[in-house]
Amino acid sequence: MAAVSLDSAWTLSPSVALRPEPFGALAYHFGNRKLTFLKRPELVAVVRALGSHPDVRGALVASGVPEGQHAAYVAALSGLARTDMIRPAE
Amino acid sequence: MKLVENFELGLDAPICLTWELTYACNLECAHCLSSSGRRDPRELSTEQCEAVIDELQRMQVFYVNIGGGEPTVRPDFWHLVEYAVAHDVGVKFSTNGVRLTPERARWLAGSDYVDVQISLDGATAEVNDRVRGTGSYDTAITALRNLHDAGFRDAKLSVVCTRENIGQLDDFKAIADRFGATLRLTRLRPSGRGADVWDELHPLPEQQRELYEWLLAHGDGVLTGDSFFHLAAFGPEDGSGALPGLNLCGAGRVVCLIDPIGDVYACPFAIHDQFLAGNLLADGGFDRVWKTSALFQELREPQTGGACSGCAHYDSCRGGCMAAKFFTGLPLDGPDPECVQGYGESALAGERTIPAVGQDHSRSAPSRNAPVLLTLSRRRPDSDLAPPVSACAESPLAGFAPN
Repeated sequence: MAAVSLDSAWTLSPSVALRPEPFGALAYHFGNRKLTFLKRPELVAVVRALGSHPDVRGALVASGVPEGQHAAYVAALSGLARTDMIRPAE
Repeated sequence: MKLVENFELGLDAPICLTWELTYACNLECAHCLSSSGRRDPRELSTEQCEAVIDELQRMQVFYVNIGGGEPTVRPDFWHLVEYAVAHDVGVKFSTNGVRLTPERARWLAGSDYVDVQISLDGATAEVNDRVRGTGSYDTAITALRNLHDAGFRDAKLSVVCTRENIGQLDDFKAIADRFGATLRLTRLRPSGRGADVWDELHPLPEQQRELYEWLLAHGDGVLTGDSFFHLAAFGPEDGSGALPGLNLCGAGRVVCLIDPIGDVYACPFAIHDQFLAGNLLADGGFDRVWKTSALFQELREPQTGGACSGCAHYDSCRGGCMAAKFFTGLPLDGPDPECVQGYGESALAGERTIPAVGQDHSRSAPSRNAPVLLTLSRRRPDSDLAPPVSACAESPLAGFAPN
């Protein structure tokens, strides 16, 4: 499986829906029935932005995530990639 | 704020919504938590059910757990499943298997967003049929086989843990494995007809320990529906012995129940006026009931530990299950009746009043396959006590047993 990196392109899986909640959002995958909690609004913004940027770095910058936190966000996105919440962009 | 604290304050829509479509059932399980049997004439029509699904779609309730009664006996059941899936509401439905023919199993295998849960409360016909009724074991196994043969993957085998089946946990796992299913264990609640048999069927303290150890050993491979958070108090005081899951009472916060007539209750185990939040027909829809009912607002307030607040394990078990306390007549801010630190037993031994039965859709006359949980006791042969004296025993020596 492709690894999430700052230079790779990712997008939200077509089977996933996001439901806004006070803490961030619920992400539900209709295919594998996994429910995931996105526990920070910033992470929700990044996940939503992925599809409209050529790479992860672009989505992070556009969402206002400081560079010092980029590695932590890549780790969080990797977790989402493992359950097909996000997948490599074509 | 920690995620669990957000859950305690309640979410904009439930995560785990149970929807009981009918009180009608072909079985008469002794421990039925919704006291099902007969259909209620006020049950929601097909159009009303579709309107509920439309609203769930707007609220982004991603999936519902459909139950009953036996939901598949509703003539429009399969239509409603299709309607829900077509409106972005995934379905898991609970059934005793009665309508899962090979043909229906093939239909289900072709659907991506439908999950099936078969109820079985004994790994042998003897143990199962005693509580679920004659023939129900064979029905469930046939349904599992039909699903498996049709290529349906990962059905759920749902077991209510009782005093009589705790020793069969490995056997249940083997049955699930045989049919490519996942085992799901849940807690026996003293709700509905369960109140009548709870004293006799709820696991004994040493069985609770056995169950806890078994669940720890099997981890994520066995589902529990967050049933057993009261067992977390077997672990260390730091809460590190918790089982996988949310480990809190989600009633009215992340969980609720819609019953067949559109009444909304705080949780599926609390079908009683005290936990009735409103009715989605009479009170302006489900969204409105979920967001504004006085009961749900109250349940989302910070809860105090009450009598449990001095217990070092309170952070692990959070005082246990509200419904279990209520239906055994214990105060809601005290220990769970099955508190593993032993506080439940002393609470049960004290003064308490079991609440009056709420709704009851049990059949007026049991069918010939109905379970009978009757323990016949015999006079011990070495007893010198005479048999009970009946009202018409007029002999002046009645009841006198010379030594």
